Amino acid sequence: MSLLLIKNGHLIDPANAVDEKSDLWIRGGKVVAVGNYDGKADRVIDAEGKIVCPGLIDMHVHLREPGQEWKEDIESGSRAAVAGGVTSMCCMPNTGPHIDHAGIALQIIARAKQVGLCNVHPIGAVTKNLDGKELTEMRELSRAGCVAFSDDGLPVWHAGVMRKALEYSASFGYLVIQHAEEKTLTAGGAINEGWISTQLGVAGMPAVGEDSMIARDIMLARLSGARYHVAHISTQGAVELVRQARKQGLKVTTEAAPHHFALTEEEVLGYNVDAKMSPPLRTEEDRQAVIEGLRDGTIEVIATDHAPHHEDDKRCGLSCAAFGIVGLETMLPVSLDLVRAGVLSMSDMIAKMTCNPAQLLGLDAGTLSEGAAADICIFDATATWVLDRNKLVSKGKNTPWHGKQMTGQVTHTLKDGRLVFTEGDVCG
Amino acid sequence: MRPIKHLFGIADLDREQIEYLVNLGDSFIDINRRSLKKAPTLRGKTIINLFFENSTRTRTSFELAGKRLSGDVINISASTSATTKGETLLDTGQTLAAMQPHVLVIRHSLAGTCEFLAEYLDNTAIVNAGDGAHEHPTQILTDLLTLKQVWGSPEGKVITIVGDIAHSRVARSHLLAAKKLGYTMRVVAPKTLLPSQIERYGCEVFHDFDAALPGSDAVYMLRIQTERLTDSCAFPSVREYHEAYGLNARRLRSAGPDCIVMHPGPMNRGVEIATDVADSAKSHILSQVEHGVAVRMAVLTTLCGGTGEEA
Repeated sequence: MSLLLIKNGHLIDPANAVDEKSDLWIRGGKVVAVGNYDGKADRVIDAEGKIVCPGLIDMHVHLREPGQEWKEDIESGSRAAVAGGVTSMCCMPNTGPHIDHAGIALQIIARAKQVGLCNVHPIGAVTKNLDGKELTEMRELSRAGCVAFSDDGLPVWHAGVMRKALEYSASFGYLVIQHAEEKTLTAGGAINEGWISTQLGVAGMPAVGEDSMIARDIMLARLSGARYHVAHISTQGAVELVRQARKQGLKVTTEAAPHHFALTEEEVLGYNVDAKMSPPLRTEEDRQAVIEGLRDGTIEVIATDHAPHHEDDKRCGLSCAAFGIVGLETMLPVSLDLVRAGVLSMSDMIAKMTCNPAQLLGLDAGTLSEGAAADICIFDATATWVLDRNKLVSKGKNTPWHGKQMTGQVTHTLKDGRLVFTEGDVCG
Repeated sequence: MRPIKHLFGIADLDREQIEYLVNLGDSFIDINRRSLKKAPTLRGKTIINLFFENSTRTRTSFELAGKRLSGDVINISASTSATTKGETLLDTGQTLAAMQPHVLVIRHSLAGTCEFLAEYLDNTAIVNAGDGAHEHPTQILTDLLTLKQVWGSPEGKVITIVGDIAHSRVARSHLLAAKKLGYTMRVVAPKTLLPSQIERYGCEVFHDFDAALPGSDAVYMLRIQTERLTDSCAFPSVREYHEAYGLNARRLRSAGPDCIVMHPGPMNRGVEIATDVADSAKSHILSQVEHGVAVRMAVLTTLCGGTGEEA
């Protein structure tokens, strides 16, 4: 078996507290040694001046397959992932049909293996048909490979059903992820409710729509002892609710999406459909609160809510446009802003997209321990480039960063020791 | 003066441009009162009125404005357009623009429709005839022409606007104009009918109509869509709304003898406005309608590159 050496790179493996210039040796798709190794490399990647870290994990993506393959499919999504340095991702169940029975989960996993670029772990639905009424067969979904449960964009609204979902999940240790949105408060809304929505004359989604559901869910999580995870946290109030719940020892976790710590509602001025997502971009105070949550550890995970859409779904005006932006290919450079701003160390930032989500979801990924799968991301933290939406690998071109300068660029992505992305191209 | 290429909203106009359009509108009033209501100003110009929402006065006044200035005017309403066959807004817009009109006048329930279409349409001037709860600039120009007749200038005056501010494009456009022209807006509504952070427009906010009336120079009543608002729990009943926010002669007296009454129409008599006020000498509601034609003449003339001197 050939031996691959990644040399001269600055190795950061937060799970093992590695943060130093070090070589990395790979054989048979596994990490065989960190540092010195008695062997002659058959192939060498020179990572001088670059950071070498575990392949990133994005625990919140929409791959649109099956059902909406014109927006994205498992292959295009996998290609976009590795272009962004991501080697494991969790796909949400709002496909068609939904991931509410084992067959669909198995089909997605099988298709992802066939594509062979990126690990895909389905998130199973909490309720059948995502309609918030009857629980799915969570045990069977779990056996089929689902790593957590969520009704995502159709949050479990009914408090009684949510209680049962949390109690049932708690019985088996499953993680329940909630897209916290009280739809009776956000109905008809397209952007954050506030001064900007008032000026644009567009119906808003108030922060309290997110906060109130999280507050309720935290009470239910306390009652049930469940593991409860808040998806894409976006408000000051929500960050504080999660912070307090964690202080009280509840098994409450959360993730932040890069757009929520990088951008504010100002982006939608001029009716910019590419700045429309749910939860919406919020105020500067909310953005700062999310950043503080990342800094103090309240927010353990960075995940993108990668939501590719066809241009037809966006090109119809702000109120009608579909919610969501693509994120896989911008996750790293946007998150690096946190390091540049001194909010997080490079290691802490990497932890939030590697070992932290891996631990939360029980994934065998996110570390470069000897014997671990050689899923690796190599990036140049200072390289600058201008994002051109038409050059995105994803089928979705809906990004608010079109034409913006990005700092930080993935140069190599390896999956099981195989180079799957380099020099701007997905291999294979 | 900065040239006016499109008319999306009051937000894009400066004071000079607003006053120019109002003054030009003023000069057109006379044509509408003549027995021969025709001038050659827009000869050879094509104007398409594309209305996705119902309208009587706005659509008719744009049509009359175009026709009385000798423009070729076409009216398209949503019910007769290809929208009913599934055509998108953008395709409808591009299709009409491909026929090379000079001006496309658009009303749509979607805020930002004009800004959205303008990104894709070249060589066509776009006029916003009302977009969702965003702006209704020609209504405000109409009102300003009316106020010019009454007051000369609105500067320093107090206009009290009452009703569903949350969903009102007229209110938003007025709030923007007030800041540019130096008049004060008082907005009056229960919290259920006020949009978030309305005070940031620099207006005075009242929930008590009677408290807002003293010192008002004009009371501007907005139409209440009764079904929509009782369904959404914005207020409990028409009866209670009228009691709290309806304008009647008794209530109007507390505003002082010179206070005038305005309404952009259509009125719901007995809801936001009582007949004894609507038909009183203080009411300028029909003048607003008349001035609507003149102001739209000014807008069409300006967007077609004219100065109105041909009239």
